[in-house]
Amino acid sequence: MTLLPTNTSFAADEGLRSELQKAGVFVVSLEWVYNWGRKSSIWPLGFGIACCAIEMICTAAARFDLSRFGAEVFRPSPRQADLMIVAGTVTKKMAPQVIRLYNQMPEPKYVIAMGACAISGGPFKQGYNVLKGVDRFIPVDVHIPGCPPRPEALLHALMTLQRKIENQRTLGSDARRTNPAYRGENRECPIPEFGEHDLVPPYNPEVWKPHTIVREA
Amino acid sequence: MSTETIAPREYQIYSGDDLRTNVLEISMGPQHPSTHGVFRMDVSLDGETVVKLKPVFGYLHRNHEKIAETTSYLGSMPYTDRLDYFCSMTNNWAYALAVEKMAGLAVPERAEYIRVIMAELTRLQNHASLVGFLTNDLGASGTPLLYAIREREHILDLFEWASGARMMCNYMRFGGVRNDLPSGWLAQCKKVVDDFPAFMDEFETLLTGNEIILSRCQNVGVLPRDLAINASITGPCLRASGVDYDLRKVDKYGIYDRFDFKVPLGSVGDCYDRFMIRLLEMRESVKILKQALATIPEGPVNDSKARNFRPKPAEAYGRIEGPKGELGFYLVSDGTPKPHRYHVRPPSFINLTVLEDMCLGQKIADAVIVLGSIDIVLGEVDR
Amino acid sequence: MIDLAPILAKFPPVKHDAAANALIVPQALALEVAKWLRDDPAYRMDYASNVAGVDTLPVEKKTKVKQPDGTDKEIVTKKPGSMEVVYHLYSMALKHGPITIKQVTTRENPVVTSLTPIYRGAEFQEREAFDLYGIQFEGHPDLRRILMWDEFKDFPMRKDYVEPDDYEYEPTPHDAVLAKAKAHYPKASTSTEAAS
Repeated sequence: MTLLPTNTSFAADEGLRSELQKAGVFVVSLEWVYNWGRKSSIWPLGFGIACCAIEMICTAAARFDLSRFGAEVFRPSPRQADLMIVAGTVTKKMAPQVIRLYNQMPEPKYVIAMGACAISGGPFKQGYNVLKGVDRFIPVDVHIPGCPPRPEALLHALMTLQRKIENQRTLGSDARRTNPAYRGENRECPIPEFGEHDLVPPYNPEVWKPHTIVREA
Repeated sequence: MSTETIAPREYQIYSGDDLRTNVLEISMGPQHPSTHGVFRMDVSLDGETVVKLKPVFGYLHRNHEKIAETTSYLGSMPYTDRLDYFCSMTNNWAYALAVEKMAGLAVPERAEYIRVIMAELTRLQNHASLVGFLTNDLGASGTPLLYAIREREHILDLFEWASGARMMCNYMRFGGVRNDLPSGWLAQCKKVVDDFPAFMDEFETLLTGNEIILSRCQNVGVLPRDLAINASITGPCLRASGVDYDLRKVDKYGIYDRFDFKVPLGSVGDCYDRFMIRLLEMRESVKILKQALATIPEGPVNDSKARNFRPKPAEAYGRIEGPKGELGFYLVSDGTPKPHRYHVRPPSFINLTVLEDMCLGQKIADAVIVLGSIDIVLGEVDR
Repeated sequence: MIDLAPILAKFPPVKHDAAANALIVPQALALEVAKWLRDDPAYRMDYASNVAGVDTLPVEKKTKVKQPDGTDKEIVTKKPGSMEVVYHLYSMALKHGPITIKQVTTRENPVVTSLTPIYRGAEFQEREAFDLYGIQFEGHPDLRRILMWDEFKDFPMRKDYVEPDDYEYEPTPHDAVLAKAKAHYPKASTSTEAAS
């Protein structure tokens, strides 16, 4: 484990640093300490939608023990949460509520799309009331495949998110440019309305665009 | 300097006789820690007393029935896992039973035993989790639930060993089960079943005499016997109201007539009865499991001819006693490989019919417990 | 199997559908039949287990028949579509069942009689049939949409329902999904697809 974030141009003599470490003096950037604190105390939103929520509960329970990663404090209110684990099928009737919860979370906020349904609609994607992936409306940081993903997979997703947080810029002039949470812009996603046949609009063009499919022979 | 007499002041004390509050309307859910998923209820409150309660569904309506009508009969089997995602084994069985009834398929002896074992293991883990979630709603934040989930993991390991998946087992097939049990499975199962009563003792010592559970569950959310029958309530909720109706005894589907077990009945029909019925049913399930494990025969477990078939035009309604109540499948075939109509009779959905009747006049905090004691899973409510 | 003859004798307009072993009850009689079945001491069908709507599209079948003079003659047989509501009744008191009751109506104007006044348990399931099939239940106390949102106009479980087109991006389309996804492919890629 390197004590300095890989993206800083902080230069220190490695030999000197290792000597200092032996004496119990650690030379790290303030940003590293800041990110270390952030990544080790992620508070997820206690928000289960479907089957995956049961695996999420199992992950938090004694056998898999999410608290080893500092993320066991499930908050019932989005105002106190950093991470939304979208655990289950997002239906069109539920989508406005999911987006509203995302909007209510304070910055910096992260989203894990847990399971095939949250990624793309999964086995239910041909359903008339099923949203084909929550990333059509809100930005997603980590996707976990599986139906439902095993608790180990959720732990892996959490570690992936921790790595992402570890490498984010939070201080210095770069932070505004590279970290969306520090840009100061409005990160609220528009909430679709219930239409006569479908949601209006069917997706948020600012976060999702249909991929251009070019199929080679 | 003037001398001031020190005397008590006089206060006007408001008698409160004409104290009225406006009716407060609360939309509880779909994101609420105690609605067991994405359930929502529109509650009207006078002070803290519930005067009106309308459940709102559909936040997990995944179009299971529509999708099943566009796929083959066998293709719907994995979808049934995701109905009541706590009890995939019993969902599989109910669907297999309906198809077997329609197509007239026979099930080998060993497969019948495996089905009973799987269904009763499912009942154990469902009831244990339900009691955990119910105490969670009562404010026992986590501890009984953690005990229940610890025990549930042992059963999930068995499921995974036999079927390859912890939750979505997809294990039953028309005319049997998908594969035989791996070697050593029965011995491990026997160990889990033998250890289970110790957990039950621990759980009951922790919970049944607990003062908070007694005072918050007894005489709360009483469901009268006649209303329970008329509103098609099934499962533990019905039996808590004192109606002796268990499909394992009534229909004797599978091989349930070979086992010796009792049906626990409540006398009041309140939340405490519903809570206790689950604990007592777990004891009975352990009894069935011990008998089944002792007498399971060797032999084939499925009929390889019954994989993908084209049934004759017919219709059938098959039902089993799921952990939550009567789970039924109504199938109409028009002679094509796809069902013409595929309908699920979900116990959790229909048991919610009386939620308003049980909550009227109770406090809003009790409505949460009443909902918890019904035992709903939203995948099945909305399908 | 329950003996249905007494019901057929008491209510002559009720027809027996032998293939499904079901009673086809006219709408005007539905409440009366259900009430009688619930209260008659020999039946005591006090428990309405299952309520389901069934939609059948009209079928047009063309068959060629060889005429005696050697030419083929096309015979068109038309089977009209229908909308049904099926009730499965059981008895908790006598522990027998089921008796299947069907109310058959037209697809164009589906109206049946609600059995909720007799069986509370039918309340939500009838609302579901109204929501997904558009079947009107006369006498239902609270007939609103239950699963879809209130603004929704279609009846999605009907066989001729056209779902909204959200096939903009399909990573692995096949069969019917491929046909729907192709409508969204850019022009150039469609031609490469066709060439392959």
